[in-house]
Amino acid sequence: MLKRLASTLTVVLALFSSLALPQKVFGAETQYFPVASSRVGPYSAMGTGYYGAQIDYMNYVNMTGGVNGVMLTWQECETEYNAVKTVECYQRLLEKDGQRIVVFDTLGTPGAYAVINRMAKDNVVLAQYGYGRTDGADGRVWPWVFNAASHYWSQIAVKLKFMAEIEGGIDKMKGKKIVHLHIDSAYGREPLPAMRKITSDWGMKLVEISIPPPGLEQQSQWLQIRRENPDWVTFWGAGSGMNSTAMTNAARINFPRDRMMYVTFGAAEEDMYPAGDAAIGTYAVANALPGEYPLVKDIKDKVYGAGKGNLADPNRIGSVYWNRGLGAAVMWIEALKNAQKMHNKVGKAVTGAEFRDGYEALNMTEARLTELGVGGMLAPFAISCANHEGAGKFAVMQWDGKKFNQVTGWEAPLDPKFIRGLVEDSAAKFAKENNITPKKCG
Amino acid sequence: MKPIFMTYTKKDLINLAVCMVLSVLIIPTFIKTEYWYTSILIPWLCLALATIGQQIVMGYTGQLALGAAGFMAAGAFAMFNLILRVPDLGFVGSLIVSGLIAAAFGILFGLPSLKVRGIYLMVATLASQFFIIWMIDKFGWFKNYDSSGIITAQDIVILGKPFTTPLAMYFVCLAVTTILTLLAMNMARGSTGRNWMAVRDMDIAAESMGVSLLRTKVQAFAISAFYCGVAGALFAFCYLKSLEPVAFDIKLSFKILFMCILGGLGTINGAFIGAAFILLFPVLLNAIGNNVFHGAIDATIISSIEQVIFGLLMIIFMIYEPLGMAKLWENLKQSMRSKLSSSGIKGVKSPVLKK
Repeated sequence: MLKRLASTLTVVLALFSSLALPQKVFGAETQYFPVASSRVGPYSAMGTGYYGAQIDYMNYVNMTGGVNGVMLTWQECETEYNAVKTVECYQRLLEKDGQRIVVFDTLGTPGAYAVINRMAKDNVVLAQYGYGRTDGADGRVWPWVFNAASHYWSQIAVKLKFMAEIEGGIDKMKGKKIVHLHIDSAYGREPLPAMRKITSDWGMKLVEISIPPPGLEQQSQWLQIRRENPDWVTFWGAGSGMNSTAMTNAARINFPRDRMMYVTFGAAEEDMYPAGDAAIGTYAVANALPGEYPLVKDIKDKVYGAGKGNLADPNRIGSVYWNRGLGAAVMWIEALKNAQKMHNKVGKAVTGAEFRDGYEALNMTEARLTELGVGGMLAPFAISCANHEGAGKFAVMQWDGKKFNQVTGWEAPLDPKFIRGLVEDSAAKFAKENNITPKKCG
Repeated sequence: MKPIFMTYTKKDLINLAVCMVLSVLIIPTFIKTEYWYTSILIPWLCLALATIGQQIVMGYTGQLALGAAGFMAAGAFAMFNLILRVPDLGFVGSLIVSGLIAAAFGILFGLPSLKVRGIYLMVATLASQFFIIWMIDKFGWFKNYDSSGIITAQDIVILGKPFTTPLAMYFVCLAVTTILTLLAMNMARGSTGRNWMAVRDMDIAAESMGVSLLRTKVQAFAISAFYCGVAGALFAFCYLKSLEPVAFDIKLSFKILFMCILGGLGTINGAFIGAAFILLFPVLLNAIGNNVFHGAIDATIISSIEQVIFGLLMIIFMIYEPLGMAKLWENLKQSMRSKLSSSGIKGVKSPVLKK
């Protein structure tokens, strides 16, 4: 009995010690990155594509000599797009082999909100690549938070601008009715402050309809839409199931698909396929366009050619979510390069504070993006001490049943200053409530 | 010892001493990584507390209730609003009042238990889960009109001292859990608990013995909700550090129910064992998957395997040990004791064999 107990204990101890088991890349300087993926559950399409691309790009960087010789290491933790699990993953991934993460990417607004207050204390950059807390774009209040691929308030403003163009001008928008159909979570509600202001300024009627997660049941909401008979629907869903259900329901009540505008997290091939023909004509916006850009092709050849690819289905390379993840990972590595250069640490690992400086110094001109092989895929942008947003631009796409066709170029909101004002107001309110003294930006 | 335990044996005192030494002295000296406090110990204590609440209503009083997470949400948001709007109450005062607010909800939603029972009561209590979450979502006042719906929890300050480090927050959770656990044990052993169990075992018999069904059931629901409310407040303030209704969804209610059943119905230590198992097992599997099989198996498959194993274990437990892990623990102790006594004292015939 005692012997058996002892052997059980050994097994248990071995299991527990595996929690802290190191896996070192020997001989080289390394920089450690967290991959807080969400591959399981209703949001798996977006998690597998986005985080798959990040891992693919880090593999690619390592295969091409690392970042000035610094090899990248990473560890994955499954969050299931759940805020509680994201906190656990954040704490678990925080340190490995004595090295601390320099950046964290939750790919989810609820997860981002759950960890956002830990960033300053832990010296970790929260890189919200096109999601998350919008007023994080005010770098004076949120020095550790970035929205490098534009935030939801710019996104909704670009959408309203696009609608106004189709309707024939802002004066034609007066009296028009718009439904904001959203998943009932922080993410679904995030665009509302900007949307309410703009629609009331334009004299439009805004109807907010929420869908409880995971959003596969939308009958009653679409019946309400039928009653309201709006001119436009902005759809703010998450997960292929919810996104495609909305289109099939729209088809059922005969709501024109080319009067629906999908959010960036419903704007992927995986969200459109399940709806079949019901999806044709739907508009969506992108902060990273799909397609085989030179870098995409290079990763396909080098990483997938060597059998090291992370995607289970290599056909998804170059799809919306994968390209977006690639964009996010490219920014990490560019920030790392900046940080090494700025702090005289070329060829050495950097700290969170140094990485933050590097991220803030991102200046992705068209030329630089082209040099990296992603010219045209992303909108050029530069980040500054006060403005952490990035481009603030989106491209409108339309689904034709097989692929997305780009309808517009990179569009900015009609009045970016107005959006920026909202961001600063919101950040100032947060700073006041929490006794934060905004940083001075020179 | 009388003020701590109403009735006690030597075993209880030893257990209490061992637990206290372990949690107050040994853990803080040997565990230095923040991860263990912030991601394992603190949520474990909070969820164990909520499970005790569930035990009181389900394990002791025999009322099938589902909706612990709803009461947790009530407690958490009450706490936020009390600290925001009545700062004079202080942390401890707010914690108690938010527990009482949750208890008020418990009474309200416990009333159907007088009319319906079994699976129907479960459905009726589900209403509390959805109503409380809906109420918090619907009325902006509860969230102080925050546009996104996720609010930051205030820092914990007790008597002017900030409790913000993981270790300090662990001690706050530990103190609250210890006090409430001792209270629960006393209630379970005293006349209150006798009444609960009488109602559980046969309510008609209990009523004819003079036990008031109304009083006993409503009392159990109120106390249960109080425990859940306090647990919810701690969960939000020590673990999540943010408040969001979605964090207290129906899945959490189910989790607490499973903790209760797996741990062992009608036991207090079962609440702790069940909470530890349900909380740690996925973390452990996830960590093994990523560390031992790093890169060898696709992460999607590992995550799915995790859920498969979890489900399988649940079924196995329900079939082979319906009394839960507390019973397993008891069996293990028993067999250890008999092994030790038979191997330790050689040559002396055991009294049982003497005829």
